Amino acid sequence: MTQTETATEVAFQCTGLHKRYGDVIAVDGLSLAVRRGECFGLLGPNGAGKTTTIEILEGLLVPDAGDVEVLGLRWASHEHELRQRLGIQLQETQLADKLTVEETLKLFRSFYHRGREVGELLQLVELESKRKSWVSKLSGGQKQRLSVACALVGAPDLLFLDEPTTGLDPQSRRQLWGILERFRADGGTILLTTHYMDEAEVLCDRVAIVDHGKLIALDTPKALIATLGEPKVITHHGTLEDVFMARTGRRLREE
Amino acid sequence: MNRGGAFHPLVELTLARLREIFREPEALFWAFIFPILMSVAMAVAFPSSGSAPVPVGIRAGEGADAMRATLAASKALAPRLVAAADEARALRDGDVDLVIVPGTPPTYRFDPARAESRAARLLLDDALKRGAGRPDPWTAVEEHVSLPGSRYVDWLIPGLVGMGIIATSVWGIAFSIVQARMRKLLKRMVASPMRRSHYLLAQVLARLLFLLPEVAVPLLFGRYVIGMPLRGSLVAVAVVSLVGALSCGGLGLLIASRTKTFEAISGLVNLILLPMWIGSGVFFSASRFPAVLQPFVQALPLTAIVDALRAIILEGASLASPQVATELAILAAWGIIPFVVALKIFRWR
Repeated sequence: MTQTETATEVAFQCTGLHKRYGDVIAVDGLSLAVRRGECFGLLGPNGAGKTTTIEILEGLLVPDAGDVEVLGLRWASHEHELRQRLGIQLQETQLADKLTVEETLKLFRSFYHRGREVGELLQLVELESKRKSWVSKLSGGQKQRLSVACALVGAPDLLFLDEPTTGLDPQSRRQLWGILERFRADGGTILLTTHYMDEAEVLCDRVAIVDHGKLIALDTPKALIATLGEPKVITHHGTLEDVFMARTGRRLREE
Repeated sequence: MNRGGAFHPLVELTLARLREIFREPEALFWAFIFPILMSVAMAVAFPSSGSAPVPVGIRAGEGADAMRATLAASKALAPRLVAAADEARALRDGDVDLVIVPGTPPTYRFDPARAESRAARLLLDDALKRGAGRPDPWTAVEEHVSLPGSRYVDWLIPGLVGMGIIATSVWGIAFSIVQARMRKLLKRMVASPMRRSHYLLAQVLARLLFLLPEVAVPLLFGRYVIGMPLRGSLVAVAVVSLVGALSCGGLGLLIASRTKTFEAISGLVNLILLPMWIGSGVFFSASRFPAVLQPFVQALPLTAIVDALRAIILEGASLASPQVATELAILAAWGIIPFVVALKIFRWR
């Protein structure tokens, strides 16, 4: 670890991010700073700008304005070094159907100068029994775990996950949460986007709620829920869903 | 460098691509089985002996039977009676090359644009006039020369090999890239520390390894089953195949550089391949096109591959021969220009 990093303790930060696509403003002046070892959640409804924000942080999109610093480095000058130290899982990536689980992991492993053994990784994501299976034969949960394994293959300092559990059944979700908790226990930093409130409450130290590309709340899940005050009619515990509703007057996931 | 048991990224990427190809049965069919089926079909359809009697039709009616007896005396002709109603169909389908209507003088009905029909007219005319008592001033001495390599099928096989080289290069590379883009896999790859040049190079390398069986199988089949001559050196065949595949790989890369759907890429591939299959002399000689079109026809990459392969295989030309060297230069231009443009405009998202 270099001196600057121990000094700052900041895993990544961004200030005044702006990104627009034609008439649509995807990100509108967003600033965040996430500490090392933290699990940080980016919450919001579909179209809130979560994916655009995370892809800017991942160096896959260039913002129209604003500044990004990851592990004390900038994308323009240190892209290759950053890629070696980041683990990235994208929304909707479909890995090659006709490669086996092991072949896929070996392929990704070959890109990194350091990292885990494929066998160790298979154990970590509980896919040892699927080692020789084609990717096309995996269930949704298994595919998602493989996708996370591909992000973990270089033993990253920082893990970016874009809606890692969307569309998974409850058991697969919990399995994935376990993997992420183990990564954190080893000192890793996580940024994840989700629209599942329970996921953010379980996994995240702090969450930022975004809507229309703007930050509308940022705190620990507990503190955010506490701002709701005592419910007038006691039906259930306050959740982040209620926080979102209280601040925007809308539900998070409008059907 | 610790790669945790994995090979160099270029090797892993190439292996991954090769595995994908070999796990796709359709790809294997088009690359290996199809050229053989084509060669067999052509060998059956165009038998090597050029001495099969020429089928001519005689319009049924008065004098038809006498005419038939006269013509049957000539070994070069296979006369048969054709009903007037069936005449047009028989001519169109090539059942007969010419129809004769008996009379004094008889009428020859044929399409002068067909070489077979013109030949039939000469044979028939000769046979009839001789039958009518025409004296011949002399009879030429005929020397029958049968040259291996002069059969249509011998000429066709190098053409099919060339067609296979370009088809797999363009299809294989373009489809694989568009598929990866559609699956957001390209984006995932560039989110990792993979070098972009490694990815593109691996596509081309995998394609080149695939080339070896793809060229060898139909050539060996042609050589040992059909009896096609192989006069030039195998090294020269390999060099032309390699340069041809690389060159068309550049085209594949170019059309895939921004395309986002299978529909669009299929259209682009067909736009490139179909005109070349017709224009490049795979099935019939490109020299049949009028002189105005020749510069275009000769500049096509498939024309260059096919002409170079034929010169080497059938005529024993070497790489240094002016013809092969020119074709290689054309191919190099086709490889470099699209490749450079493709790299400039390529979209990884």
